[in-house]
Amino acid sequence: MSELTPPSSSPPAATPGAPVARSVDEIKRDPLVSTAVSRVDDAILDAKEFAGEITLFADRDRIVEVARAFKDSGFVYLVDLAGVDYSKYPNHTGLRFSVSYTLYSFQKNGRVRLRVWTDEKGAVPSVTSVWKTANWHERETYDMFGITFSGHPNLERILMWEGFNGFPLRKDFPIRGVDTGARIYPEVFPEGGGPKAGSTGKPAADVNVYKGEWKRYGTWPAAQIGGGGNGAKAPAKPAAKAITTEDADV
Amino acid sequence: MFDVHEMEVNFGPQHPSTHGVLRVLLRVDGERIVDAKPIIGYLHRGTEKLFEHMAYPQCVPHTDRMDYVASATNNLGFVETVEKLLGISKNIPKRAQLIRVMLSELQRISSHLLWLATHAIDIGAMTPFFYTFREREQILDLFEAYCGARLTLNCMRIGGVPEDLPYGWLDDVDEFTSKFEAAVDEYESLLTNNRIWKKRTVGIGVLSPEDAIEWGITGPPLRGCGVEWDLRRKQPYECYPELEFDVPVGKNGDTYDRYLVRMVEMRQSNRILRQCIPLIKETPEGDLKAKISKVIRPPEGEVYHSIESPKGELGYYIVSDGKTQNAYRCHVRPPSFVNLQALPAMAKGHLVSDLVALIGTIDIVLGEVDR
Repeated sequence: MSELTPPSSSPPAATPGAPVARSVDEIKRDPLVSTAVSRVDDAILDAKEFAGEITLFADRDRIVEVARAFKDSGFVYLVDLAGVDYSKYPNHTGLRFSVSYTLYSFQKNGRVRLRVWTDEKGAVPSVTSVWKTANWHERETYDMFGITFSGHPNLERILMWEGFNGFPLRKDFPIRGVDTGARIYPEVFPEGGGPKAGSTGKPAADVNVYKGEWKRYGTWPAAQIGGGGNGAKAPAKPAAKAITTEDADV
Repeated sequence: MFDVHEMEVNFGPQHPSTHGVLRVLLRVDGERIVDAKPIIGYLHRGTEKLFEHMAYPQCVPHTDRMDYVASATNNLGFVETVEKLLGISKNIPKRAQLIRVMLSELQRISSHLLWLATHAIDIGAMTPFFYTFREREQILDLFEAYCGARLTLNCMRIGGVPEDLPYGWLDDVDEFTSKFEAAVDEYESLLTNNRIWKKRTVGIGVLSPEDAIEWGITGPPLRGCGVEWDLRRKQPYECYPELEFDVPVGKNGDTYDRYLVRMVEMRQSNRILRQCIPLIKETPEGDLKAKISKVIRPPEGEVYHSIESPKGELGYYIVSDGKTQNAYRCHVRPPSFVNLQALPAMAKGHLVSDLVALIGTIDIVLGEVDR
């Protein structure tokens, strides 16, 4: 195993195209962004460069102003908007979430990324007034992370259904999902309940009920569900069970 | 006196012309659309969440499932992003690059053929469906010969491609491409000057270039508005700079122009394929992968990289924490998702039957919209 593991502390050697790291001021003076940055210099808190891409960290409350400055200087096209949950990032201190805006300029044929830090309580001002395309991107970010955007015309869930409980792309959301049956079908399931053993006519081990964190990718989840073993010992009983017509409808 | 009522109508999710499970909530005044609200998410599978829980090479087959009619370009976008993160974009062997380009261009043709077939059949022209599927079948056979799969190809690896071309594959491609130009002529003879086709498409869903950019539209819909913008040309990847091809642009930004743009794109992809065949014969056999460590653990950082997929700009945004073999966060920028957002703006004032043409002309795949 140790042969396969690359030397861990030599990342810069792996990026031959990248120049020597520039300072924050040097990045800000880059011809790609200098016009826009000069207008809102005090709202740009930090700057980074990786793999030839410039990332500028902006003041959250002034993001609309910053976005407007970039749009006026040629970045007319909002390519992408994505949230990131930094709560399990190694050695991360500071606010939990980040929102990344990737902009593109047709004149300069270059991209730049703006980033703001935010948390569960604070709201990021919406940039829908600057780019119309931000509408669905911001809705998706809200849906997946619970990051709110103030001033958004229609901030509702887009990929998950209305009434879904939780934000799937947060790091503390389990990959197996949570049981929200009770929330969607209150008339079918009692409060605090969900699909239970017996309600589907199947044994508890086969019902898709989430019980605790799924520790490691690669373990077959069924082994952990019915209070079973550690994944190495697969319970022999369900495997040996013959498939009957009663099971076939599930 | 007449009493005017606006009605709310559900269009989809179970409707054949919505190309999957798209639901559009329509407000109609008689047959005319007052407002349209696309409702998506019926095919959401949490692909981005899955990416965070598996090593980079394991993610590649999952990208197939997003735009499932153009899986080779999905693979290409993902592996190129990881290569950019690793800093090995320049080290990909020439033969691997050419194989990637050939697979992508074949995929572009096959995606456009499927688009043409469904778009035409939605509007009422049934014959093109049988014609285009004849050629699409041949492309799928070529994919099957290369990697064993016909739709979900999983045909690229980080650093290169998994296998060399099978014996006789280039001859098959040569035969296919020599006949394909005539096949496109055949499709065009059915539609381009067809009076009914023109009545259903000319002036429908007009987008101005400014609006298109404002809505973030990419790919053929943007080029149909007259903006000459193709990532293969503007921010070239692989060996596209060495290949000759034209970027077709429209004038009016309507459904008919988007149709014409895609027809020319198929011819241009064919042209690229024909150039690749002699080039690939010059490269040494078996030189298929850059040297990378078996455990892929990129340095700490974040990258965004995008390619020109058949539907538009397909981008991946990956955040790596430098400690694990998984992406800390992988966000996909799917072209269909962004292009679909402009549907209400395009549909307002048109008839309900035109909405069918508009959904077809955006060329959405719901697997990609919902991920």
